Amino acid sequence: MAAMQNALTNTVFLNAIAPDWPGGFWWHWLVFSLIIILFVMGIVIGLVFFERRVIGFFQARRGPNRTGPFGTLQLIADGIKGLLKEDIIPSTADKLVHWLAPIIAFFPVFLIFAVIPFANGAMLVDLNIGVIYILAISSISTIGIFMAGWGSSNKYSMLGAMRDVAAVVSYEIPVVLSAASVVILAGSMSLNQIVLAQNIPYILLQPLGFLLFFISGCAEINRSPFDLLEADSEIVAGYHTEYSGMKYLAFMIAEYSEALAMSAIIATFFLAGWKGPLLPPWLWLIVKIFAVFFVMIWLRGTLPRVRIDQLMALAWKFLFPLAILNLIITGVEVLVWPAGLPWVAVPINFAITAVLILLWSRLYKFGWGRVEVHRVEQS
Amino acid sequence: MAINTETFILNIGPVHMSTHGVFRMKAVMDGEVIVDIEPVFGYLHRGIEKLAEQRTYTGIIPLTDRLDYTASMSNNLAHCLAVEKLMGIRVPERAEYLRVIMVELQRICAHFLAIGAILNDCGAWGTPMMYMFREREKIFDLFEMASGQRLTYNYMRPGGVSQDVPEEFMPALKKLIAQLPGYFEEYDQLLSKNEIFLARTKKIGILTREMAINSSASGPVLRASGIKWDIRKADPYSIYDRFEFEIPTGETGDCFDRYWVRMQEMWQSLRIIEQAVKQIPEKGEIRSKVPALIRPPVGEVYTRIESPKGELGFYIVSDHSIAPYRYHVRSPCLINLTTLRDLVIGWKIADAIVIFGSIDICMGEVDR
Repeated sequence: MAAMQNALTNTVFLNAIAPDWPGGFWWHWLVFSLIIILFVMGIVIGLVFFERRVIGFFQARRGPNRTGPFGTLQLIADGIKGLLKEDIIPSTADKLVHWLAPIIAFFPVFLIFAVIPFANGAMLVDLNIGVIYILAISSISTIGIFMAGWGSSNKYSMLGAMRDVAAVVSYEIPVVLSAASVVILAGSMSLNQIVLAQNIPYILLQPLGFLLFFISGCAEINRSPFDLLEADSEIVAGYHTEYSGMKYLAFMIAEYSEALAMSAIIATFFLAGWKGPLLPPWLWLIVKIFAVFFVMIWLRGTLPRVRIDQLMALAWKFLFPLAILNLIITGVEVLVWPAGLPWVAVPINFAITAVLILLWSRLYKFGWGRVEVHRVEQS
Repeated sequence: MAINTETFILNIGPVHMSTHGVFRMKAVMDGEVIVDIEPVFGYLHRGIEKLAEQRTYTGIIPLTDRLDYTASMSNNLAHCLAVEKLMGIRVPERAEYLRVIMVELQRICAHFLAIGAILNDCGAWGTPMMYMFREREKIFDLFEMASGQRLTYNYMRPGGVSQDVPEEFMPALKKLIAQLPGYFEEYDQLLSKNEIFLARTKKIGILTREMAINSSASGPVLRASGIKWDIRKADPYSIYDRFEFEIPTGETGDCFDRYWVRMQEMWQSLRIIEQAVKQIPEKGEIRSKVPALIRPPVGEVYTRIESPKGELGFYIVSDHSIAPYRYHVRSPCLINLTTLRDLVIGWKIADAIVIFGSIDICMGEVDR
């Protein structure tokens, strides 16, 4: 009975789960799956509302403020509207692929949260290869997006899907390299260990790594200014042009939960995850997620979109070399201070970051250029 | 090793968020690259030129509002100038100044929209557009005071303007004049040095001097190619010879220059408005004696003004009846649009959208 009560308290307060709690692994699995699903859905709704209000603020307008208190019910109204819409499948579409795509894009995000710690040890499973797991899972939704582009039998969708695949393949590399330097610093691939190792948040010890990870992370989850796959001014809505109703909503939620997952990963890798004074750990995690997401909204509200070749140029000419340099520098620093990096490393790393970015931005240029084409004579 | 690729046809428009109305581009694409385009328009054709042949000369003014609906005042002015030239009507002093103030405010308004639209096409997700709209609404407030309308003003008449501005107009205008430089500087800081915006517009879609002249382009599109040609200086109409202002020109004729010329023109318009506010007579006639039913003598007339989009010309043939025998509009949008095919070939689809946005057309005027 006492063990039961203990387990209940642990669950409610998201403390570390004792290994011997009743029901063993399966109860733990069930409870945490529920927590993850509720957490993701709840926070996604919060993020969408947050984005709409904040972007309204950036754009000198109000944002939703009529339905319910502060417009909070607007999302529910929009959701109901989406559910009631007709589900349109183009007659030339590949029906099965078209139907499967939103699901495949939607689900991996929940899997990512299996290894994200909400408090010390409070996670579905403490994988000792957590970082590799995250990097592997997070690229699955690209397949869903490509399936949507292919299955819709629409040229706009196809263009958007091709852009996404190209972008994700390129940006995976700086993401992995900057995650690798985090792993080198922490000495572990378990996300809980990474958080525990952050006596100084890695955003201070790894400013360059943070920037690289943030930029390439934004590109990977297709947030503006890298939202080429659904560039509304060019290719209408990109991969989900042909989707309506519930399937469209699934893509929408998938997109925001990807942003949520990326914010959570950045918060865990660089902002010391659940660590923080006074507030309970899970609240700290949420606060940090919102802080990271706020910066993403900020970028979206401010910057124009880059072109596809410029996107590639940014990945290969700027992020990739800097990520390798960052990896080398981190390795050297870990060799110099084997017992963990001291506070002295913070100003040094900031100076290195500033110098590297200034130097590299002189060397590198956004690509541009006209392609010589054979003119087709008009008939 | 060369890869064998196949071209495909992408139908951009007629309903597409970046075609600024109902314009259609039938693009032959090789992947992301545009090999050829075929512009298709006419979706907004309302037969305004034919309708005008059934209406009185005053009754045509609301039709001209609907030509380039982002610059109704300019269209009104061009029509009224044509009728006045046909009839030989003199316009009272105060009316002339009111017209200039309105038209220059309208130019600022239209350039706001043009710049906001270019940024939207670049993918800035509406933020610059919203900021432009914020100031545009302030100008609309002034227009509403004068004419009672916010978009299609129907304000000018042959021989003057329809009504004098109310008392509160001039203080509100002076207040706006004091505010505008701050806004312009804000945009200049936010946009003109934005790295991504520069990368998206510099050296993109270059319209050379020769191409610009051969295609008979006009307005900011022509001036961005480095040609100092502005009807307000070259063939002064109304009272533009009394004001001091510069003609800003670009150097290379790329998308950035077209944006930059518009930005500078807003400063010049502001200069003209400031001078006009100083010089305008306090009281006075706003409309000379014109018969209610205008019957111009037999003849034909062509007048042109510098509208925000370029050289806007009205050609009227009169047969001494109450309606024109033939009515033709030389719309700058249509003629600037003819440069599009040469500009976009070889560029990527994303560039094509920005190039199209930088030409700044209004379908209401292209299709008429």
